[in-house]
Amino acid sequence: MRELPWPARVYFAALVGTAGVVIARGLLARHGLTPEDWSTLLVLALLFLLCESVPTLLSVPNVAVSVSFSAALAAVVLVGPEGAALVGLAAVVSARPGLPLVKRLFNGAQYALCGYAAGWAYESAGGVPGLPEPADFPGVLVPYAAATAAFVAMNFALTAVILRLAAMVHRDQVSLRVMVQFLSSYVGFATFGLLIAALWSTVQSISAVLVLLPLFVARWALGHYHAEQRAYDATIAALCQAVETKDYYTRGHCTRVSAASSMIAEEIGMSTERLRAIRYAGMLHDVGKLGVPTKVLQKEGRLTEEEYAAIQLHPMRGLEIVRGIDFLDEAFAGIMHHHERHDGKGYPMGLAGSEIPEFARIIAVADAFDSMTSDRSYRKAKPIEVAVAELRKNAGTQFDPDMVVRFVRALDRHGWQPAQPAPVPPDDAVETTAKDHDDPTTPIQVVSER
Amino acid sequence: MRTRRPATAQLGLDSGQLLLICAAGMLTVAGIAHTAARGLTDPRVAIGFGALIAAGELARLTMPGNREVAPVSTAASLGYALLLDVGGRPAGHSALEVVAVMSVGMIAGGLPHLAVGRPPRLDAMARRLLAGSLLAFAYRPLTGSLEATARDTGAGHGNWWPALGVMAVLVTVMLAADVVIAAMLRANQVRTAFGVAVRDEIRMAAPLGAAVAASGILLALASHSMDMTALPAFAAPLLVTQVAFRKYAGIRATYLQTVRALSRVTEVGGYVEPGHSRRVSRLSVGVGRELGMSEPQLLELEYAALMHDIGQLSLRDPIPGGATVLADADQARRIAGLGAEVIRKTGVLHGVAEIVRRQCDTLGESPPMASRIIRATNAYDDLVGASTDRDRAAAALERLRLDGGSAYDPGVVEALARVVDRLVLVTRL
Repeated sequence: MRELPWPARVYFAALVGTAGVVIARGLLARHGLTPEDWSTLLVLALLFLLCESVPTLLSVPNVAVSVSFSAALAAVVLVGPEGAALVGLAAVVSARPGLPLVKRLFNGAQYALCGYAAGWAYESAGGVPGLPEPADFPGVLVPYAAATAAFVAMNFALTAVILRLAAMVHRDQVSLRVMVQFLSSYVGFATFGLLIAALWSTVQSISAVLVLLPLFVARWALGHYHAEQRAYDATIAALCQAVETKDYYTRGHCTRVSAASSMIAEEIGMSTERLRAIRYAGMLHDVGKLGVPTKVLQKEGRLTEEEYAAIQLHPMRGLEIVRGIDFLDEAFAGIMHHHERHDGKGYPMGLAGSEIPEFARIIAVADAFDSMTSDRSYRKAKPIEVAVAELRKNAGTQFDPDMVVRFVRALDRHGWQPAQPAPVPPDDAVETTAKDHDDPTTPIQVVSER
Repeated sequence: MRTRRPATAQLGLDSGQLLLICAAGMLTVAGIAHTAARGLTDPRVAIGFGALIAAGELARLTMPGNREVAPVSTAASLGYALLLDVGGRPAGHSALEVVAVMSVGMIAGGLPHLAVGRPPRLDAMARRLLAGSLLAFAYRPLTGSLEATARDTGAGHGNWWPALGVMAVLVTVMLAADVVIAAMLRANQVRTAFGVAVRDEIRMAAPLGAAVAASGILLALASHSMDMTALPAFAAPLLVTQVAFRKYAGIRATYLQTVRALSRVTEVGGYVEPGHSRRVSRLSVGVGRELGMSEPQLLELEYAALMHDIGQLSLRDPIPGGATVLADADQARRIAGLGAEVIRKTGVLHGVAEIVRRQCDTLGESPPMASRIIRATNAYDDLVGASTDRDRAAAALERLRLDGGSAYDPGVVEALARVVDRLVLVTRL
């Protein structure tokens, strides 16, 4: 409390005071609540607490939507504004651990006011609190929608004000996409509240169990989904690193290319789904290098055309390996064409300009940049500025100029953590390559056999 | 799109599945004929539920282990079977009418899939239809008395508790029957023990089954309170569940595909013969089933078998032909250790890493069963390769048997012999 700025403290006091007045007035002035109402409220309040304690029932990223909202809305329909306010007040005794008293009070007051506002909107739009009858449907949907809108708007406004006053969040931290997710999940939860209220006349509290069981199962499945997703990312990274152990100097290359590629993709504004795909594409872009004989990679000096052809084959080999992974889809093109050049002199197909798939153009920039900013057996890592200058110099010939611009912009914004300087490799059992096919500053020399 | 079904399934449907599909087909004909003769009791309700079933069928998904499910369709079928009244009007439809609405809805929902070239899994559809029909035949005769108890009178609201109890009991019985049917089919299909199959099916079906059962009952009750508004409203909780399960099933499938794909890096690098990892994993899973392993164990075994040679990536030069059976014991152990190290770096597949690490242990060191299986199948494949020659297979098995129980577990080798025998038969046919 003490660390809050004074406007926040004033706001807090005003909120708690208003909530207290509203509840007291509602309880005293009106005809009061019947014993049946009280038992309904008790069950709903317990439900509210249960859901409040599992806040991220549906863990949409960044949004901790609480299903408790549906219990409060059910109270609006069944008991009315006072009931909804009382159910909301239950947030004070939330079972969530480590919640300071200030936050408890704020939550309780906030939810009570939201509940009251929702009840008021419900009655204003023509709804009559009480057990809904079959004949009420679908007419009750209009006041119910009004109640939902009032609850959400009130909740949003009250929370946003305290967050701004307490300077805990800035406006640009909440993106539009997150807002849409937020609102759509509220609409979903509102439906549950309506179901609970509608079934109350038949099986009372069991209705809540029937509504929430699928949700808890969904939560279980989503939990497993996220665990598997994490495991998947870790596995793919570990396997790519295993491929790299063959070459001492390229360790960590795949993870860094993946990071740089997704920086460019974010700068372009790619959708989440494509962002995911390009992360994997960056990670996997060089798996085919394993098919290049070690002696070719280790050879000093010029390569024969045959040996160079073996190097040029690695994008195809990579594609061959990952082709079985259905969801990568667009990433395939990125892996296959990441050595094409803007001027059409690259491999394996010699595509030029916009013929080259977008993913491949992105990976090409990221790949060359990381190669230049890492140590190689034949040279030290170049500073970031030098590497950027090199990218700019080759923009339009080797690289897509647009991608280079985007990458430089992303670098300015987020910075870059280059590869750790590689210590001199220990002598035993470590391979070092004499050349890096990704390095634009030292192109591979090929002996003409004619 | 490559097929991922086991070799036995490629031959077509087995007798159990055929029986199931015939039963469902006859039931469909009886239901539709009966309904055509009598007419629908309440067309509006029947069409509403039929549409929901069709929509659910359209949104069916494949769970791990190639199990097709359609949660929204199943829940809508349950709801229609359990229906007592719609907004106060008693629902008097018979069990055969339920069958007719279900089958028409399922066929309608399956047609768009067919149009884009995804053939229906007839056995899965038949199971869904039979489960729903079973419930309808058990429950519909009771509706008269249950509805009378639950009906609202002038004095107040009706008593719904008997109806709720009967619904809960019958739905539980239905789900149990469904699990038993599924387990019987599966035991037959992938040749695993019935007891193991039942446990696997329960593990897979329990969470989704609970959600579907709750939603089905919810739908029947909500139709009383909310009239037809119940249909779209009810779909909300189940839709969330469906989305979650689709994501889960998707990542599971992708995970397996990825490990399968990336296990080939050793082949592309010239460390092992082409197809080695896939053959070892297929044989290992076959042997694991033969020895009664459960599905989670089989998954670990499959991952370990696919990645058993990953340690070779750390070698400077590939072993000739990649045959670890020919390498000396110390080196094989070192490779196994390196491979386990790579897998442990994932931070999640600890069980798999342990299996890979101990794949060269002798029986005296009592390695885990999965490691013994991989040791035997790996040796077998190093000796036989992609060949399907019976004599060569027999010679390789003989060599494993001659070892006399120091490196290869005799039980595993016998199971391997049975699996190989079946595979050779299948490739001959």
